Amino acid sequence: MVRSTASAPATVRTTWSAARARTRADAAPGERRSAAYLYILPALAFYGLFVLAPFGHSIALSFFDYDGISPGSWIGLANYKELLADSQTRGAFVHALVLVVFYAALPVAIGLLLAASLSRTRVRGLAWFRTVLFLPQIIPLVVVAVIWRYIYAPGEGPLNEALRATGLSGLARPWLGDFSWALPAVGIVGTWVQYGLCMVLFIAGVQKIPTSLYDAARVDGAGALNEFLAVTLPNLRNEIAVALTLTIIASLRNFDLIYLTTQGGPGNATSVPAFEVYNQAFEVGRVGFASAIGVTLALIIFAITIGVNRIAEARS
Amino acid sequence: MTGRGDRAVNYVILASFSLIALYPVAGIVLAAFQPPGSAAGGFSLPSELHLANFAEAWTQGHFASYLRSSLIVAVSVVFVSTLVSIMSGYAFGTMTFAGNKVLFYLFLLGLMVPLEGLVIPLYFDLRALSLTDTYWALILPQIGLSVAFGTFWMRAFFLATPRSLIEAAAIDGARRWSILWRVLVPFARPAVLTMMVLIFMWTWNEFLLALVMVSSESLRTAPLGLAFFQGQHVSDVTLLAAGAVIVALPVVVVYIFLQRHFIRGMISGSVVG
Repeated sequence: MVRSTASAPATVRTTWSAARARTRADAAPGERRSAAYLYILPALAFYGLFVLAPFGHSIALSFFDYDGISPGSWIGLANYKELLADSQTRGAFVHALVLVVFYAALPVAIGLLLAASLSRTRVRGLAWFRTVLFLPQIIPLVVVAVIWRYIYAPGEGPLNEALRATGLSGLARPWLGDFSWALPAVGIVGTWVQYGLCMVLFIAGVQKIPTSLYDAARVDGAGALNEFLAVTLPNLRNEIAVALTLTIIASLRNFDLIYLTTQGGPGNATSVPAFEVYNQAFEVGRVGFASAIGVTLALIIFAITIGVNRIAEARS
Repeated sequence: MTGRGDRAVNYVILASFSLIALYPVAGIVLAAFQPPGSAAGGFSLPSELHLANFAEAWTQGHFASYLRSSLIVAVSVVFVSTLVSIMSGYAFGTMTFAGNKVLFYLFLLGLMVPLEGLVIPLYFDLRALSLTDTYWALILPQIGLSVAFGTFWMRAFFLATPRSLIEAAAIDGARRWSILWRVLVPFARPAVLTMMVLIFMWTWNEFLLALVMVSSESLRTAPLGLAFFQGQHVSDVTLLAAGAVIVALPVVVVYIFLQRHFIRGMISGSVVG
């Protein structure tokens, strides 16, 4: 997917379940037709030539020591061994994990807070709220980066100004240039981008829960917390799985924001795998090693997508 | 808890988070209208609407050229992806053939594989074909990535289409090809529009592909142009804000008119799954 805020996985989830429900997949597609291949051919050609083949080529490159110019040499798993051993690269994967908290855990928690509160009542003007909440999802990440670089600007940026105005001038700092604050600062941008998606998802989910379930819980004397745990949460299982899939992938595929706000700095404080792929291949000139990082990233994304959806299905 | 109390809490939560979502966006728009060169401190309301930043960004920043590149790429990608996705979705959704499962899973992989995992060889392969630094390098891979999603999207639609619709047309003697375009596609218009809107947004917003593939300034897409513009005008907030507004505007305008399609498409997994 070339999408900056990875969105297709929502469909992965759908189709994954559909394909696994064998009966449906077997029964559905009508008569036997060899013309089908002709219909599929153009799509398969584009997809095969420009996605599958390069991905396969990427796997192959990851076993080579290759600088992009002189002929490469086969080095087996050495790139992958280095990826595990090198503290800078390992650090990039750790940073990605930290960002998962900001991109996925926080937005899902915020979304659930809203869902818990919304479950009992109807809200007017929901369409308007939904439009605004979803807005950060559709804005180009380059623009998001411009906006937040300004907010975080050292000296007289809006955030520092606001802190000074409220007597917290001791906290003012060059956020994106601060060794301990740069990563959380980038993380907060991710939270800002993702929480609206979670909220919109969960609002849609909560409204599909039959009110009779809540009535029954109330008859049983359940309080707000029990009601949330016993009714809202289990019934949002699908939506939570979709939200986690989308947001975790977005946190791992985090090239645009890092490249445009910190370039992985200060030092390597905000370096992430998606950035290292570009950096190692096109700045450092270690194409084989960069490919190994890219393939590892892809494998992690496959594992998480399939894992999250397996768990959601197993519980249903 | 009373219903009224709950409702008030809902509105407070919804309103505060809507404000947090809106504030930075509104802030950059306001900054773009400040007098050129001012600090635009803290996203204040401009005393009057200055358009000079837009004029300067437009001429100095070559945004007309960037928007043209983005438009050429986005229109080509959306048009071709839509066409071939409808065809492949039709085959997967209405026909049985040997290997349909394997092919289906192959396309499924395309929904998960990140661009970061293939952009490096893509660059070297296209360079070997002398296609880097051309529109082809932006259009062809983007089509490849879009048809994986498009195939699934259209397959799901055709699977849900009443078989009677197809059979009735077949009885009338229509061939499969004309059933698809004369009967099913008009019926599928909302689903097709949702798909087009999403592919348009992903293509318009794409940054990494453009960064890797393109070096001529005349080929820069809007996001790539803005990134370079940011590098040149780091401290000129109002000018940068105007550039950011120009780049985001086409997507935001489409979003305002077709927001249901954006939202439905992006959260569809929960609705169908």
